[in-house]
Amino acid sequence: MKSEKKRIGVFVCHCGINIAGVVNVPEVVKRLKETTDAAVVIDHQYCCSDPGQNLIKETIQKEKLDGAVIACCSPTLHENTFRKTAARAGINPYNCEIANIREQCSWVTEDKEKATDKAAKIIKTLIKKVQYDEPLTPISIPVTRKALVIGGGVAGIQAALDIANTGYPVILLEKNPSIGGKMSMLSETFPTLDCSQCILTPKMVEAKQHPNITLMTYSEIDSVSGYIGNFKVKVRQKARYVDWDKCTGCDICVGKCPKKVSDEFNCGLSERKVVYKMFPQSVPNRVVIDAPNCLYIQKGACRLCEKHCPFNAIKWNDKDEIKELEVGAIVLATGYELLDKQRLGPYGFGKLKNVVDGLQFERILSASGPFMGEVKRPSDGKVPERIVFVQCAGSRDPENAMAYCSKICCMYTAKQAILYKHRVHQGEAVVFYIDVRTGGKGFEEFYKRATDEGILYIRGKVSKIFEKGDKVIVWGADTITGKKVEVEADLVVLATAMVPAAEKSFAQLMKLTQDEYGWFTEAHPKLRPVETLAGGFFLAGASQGPKDIPEAVSQASGAASKVIILFASDTLEHAPVIAGVDEDLCSGCGVCIDVCPYKAREIQVKEDGKKKTVKVIEVLCEGCGACSAACPVGAAQQKNFKDKQIEDMVKVGLE
Amino acid sequence: MIIDETIKKDIEELSGQKLSDCYQCGECTAGCPTAFAMEPVPSQSIRLLQLGKYSELLESAGIWLCAACNVCGERCPRGVDYGKIADACRTIVLRNKVTHITLEKVDKKFILDAPQQAFIAAFRKFTT
Repeated sequence: MKSEKKRIGVFVCHCGINIAGVVNVPEVVKRLKETTDAAVVIDHQYCCSDPGQNLIKETIQKEKLDGAVIACCSPTLHENTFRKTAARAGINPYNCEIANIREQCSWVTEDKEKATDKAAKIIKTLIKKVQYDEPLTPISIPVTRKALVIGGGVAGIQAALDIANTGYPVILLEKNPSIGGKMSMLSETFPTLDCSQCILTPKMVEAKQHPNITLMTYSEIDSVSGYIGNFKVKVRQKARYVDWDKCTGCDICVGKCPKKVSDEFNCGLSERKVVYKMFPQSVPNRVVIDAPNCLYIQKGACRLCEKHCPFNAIKWNDKDEIKELEVGAIVLATGYELLDKQRLGPYGFGKLKNVVDGLQFERILSASGPFMGEVKRPSDGKVPERIVFVQCAGSRDPENAMAYCSKICCMYTAKQAILYKHRVHQGEAVVFYIDVRTGGKGFEEFYKRATDEGILYIRGKVSKIFEKGDKVIVWGADTITGKKVEVEADLVVLATAMVPAAEKSFAQLMKLTQDEYGWFTEAHPKLRPVETLAGGFFLAGASQGPKDIPEAVSQASGAASKVIILFASDTLEHAPVIAGVDEDLCSGCGVCIDVCPYKAREIQVKEDGKKKTVKVIEVLCEGCGACSAACPVGAAQQKNFKDKQIEDMVKVGLE
Repeated sequence: MIIDETIKKDIEELSGQKLSDCYQCGECTAGCPTAFAMEPVPSQSIRLLQLGKYSELLESAGIWLCAACNVCGERCPRGVDYGKIADACRTIVLRNKVTHITLEKVDKKFILDAPQQAFIAAFRKFTT
């Protein structure tokens, strides 16, 4: 640490009335001039403005300062700005510190005098800190210019294509045997009514054929280690029991397989074989054997698929394979599921056969669905003469399910009602809604079209749904007239809430944060919506929150561009505010190794072969300070947050 | 001022419910077993309170027809219990010394025929 004192300049920002409305800025300036050894103390309306930054730069140069304290908003907002300003003025940027007198003072203190006292104290502690600050230089780390996209729905496909088209290799990982995601299950898409498969399959094919994209379907993440630019990922490729190099997707085995189980792709509305292809346009066009249901794998009998396969592709000894990947960036496009109907007690706990959810109705409408696109109801295959659509089934319902609006249901309900009317001309469609939300291009017009086509909208949330004979009775109300409404329907479609597909354990694997419902948390809700707080992880599509197709695709392209920016250079800078070890003090006890959450510390044996000390792997250290707190002898010290420094800051704060 | 904060505070304190929590979805009305006879129905009643039209509700028959079955509160997505709000409204009316039933006016035969419990409960509910 320097023995001679630094010349420090203090710049106090008014932030309009954000700070100056509560803190008496001139009084703070006066006190700092009187009671500290700061070389200069100046205030400014907006330090972050161009004139403000120029003032700081010029003052540093004119007054020959070696350190600066900017008293303003949170360092998460402008630390970067002011450190760059300091660097432009010729001083080490890590000798420029932020005193947060807005979020931690003016915004949370009502009493003007107390706020003024507090602001002065906060600034004084930072002046002390800068006295001890050492000049630091960022650490340069290499970048593996290869990306992993997790999730092969429309968002994942788009992100993979965008990254691949700039020339970088991409691995597109999907847990199901085929890519395509939820969009491949939809019949038509709002508000243009174009066929979902028709617009999606070209992208699926492009992803399959792209020289820079490696598809890894039927695969899941086992573990992720490393850090931005240098991730090591273990992927478990599930046993398919079919040699995909030999299989041609001819489906002969599917025809011969004697056992049927519920078909997930048709949401349980039909059955599939145990050896199966998800849907006719599956990419890759290959079959897998569903081992837990296979007669041969479970009971040792059958082998019909093997007998009839013309390519000898059945591989009974297939095992899960662990593949290790090295990538520089990870895009999370894990998507959504629909809320389980079992959670909706008054709507029949998911037990009523003729009460389906939105995705099930998509399958009913779909040409490749259980009824080949003919609208039939699940219980008896009868064409429904009246369908009731129930919106907000589990959305906007903090008491029983999800508090948020699932955003897409207003539009897909209108679409489904329109499609039903197109297929069943005499059919009646009734929609129960709380509000119809049509914020989107062409959405309001589409809603108008639905009402024009004779769909009856009733404003009221449904209270109860139950069976009576072969009908389904819906109890609702029309809040506009204040009348109870009872509708007898042949089929009910619930617009169930969207819920995140990624489980907690998956997020923990990546050390990523999720909100209270499980949607991944973005780094900033407005300004960094596709990034996460963990470096190198980016968000695409509904992994972050309910989204429709165009939004999911836009965000995927946004995430891809962030990956490309990261790959633009073969090295990247890592903040140097990290831990160090005083080797003379370190006894090599290893306590710090246990507490380090980033695996950034290891034992090293000194050249003489006797003394053991701990070494910091600098690129891994995030500067959290856990080691400094744990070290029993004070050998682990955080750069620019050394014990002595913090002690003196506390002393000043308590004066 | 549009909203009389004192009455609003009374109703919210007596019922333990926050009026602004209601977003008028109508699920309470949809499930209410007495809504067919109510005027105004539960969701409209809460709306009247949100608009500060207290007397309109306090003078209505709706609050007296509530069977206190609690289906509304049980199913409400926002956790608002209309049963408790109706109860609070009745309490306010009763505190203002409005008596809805007097023994002298009740038919003698009805006194003999009515179940005793219901009879006593009615006097508790409809008198000060």
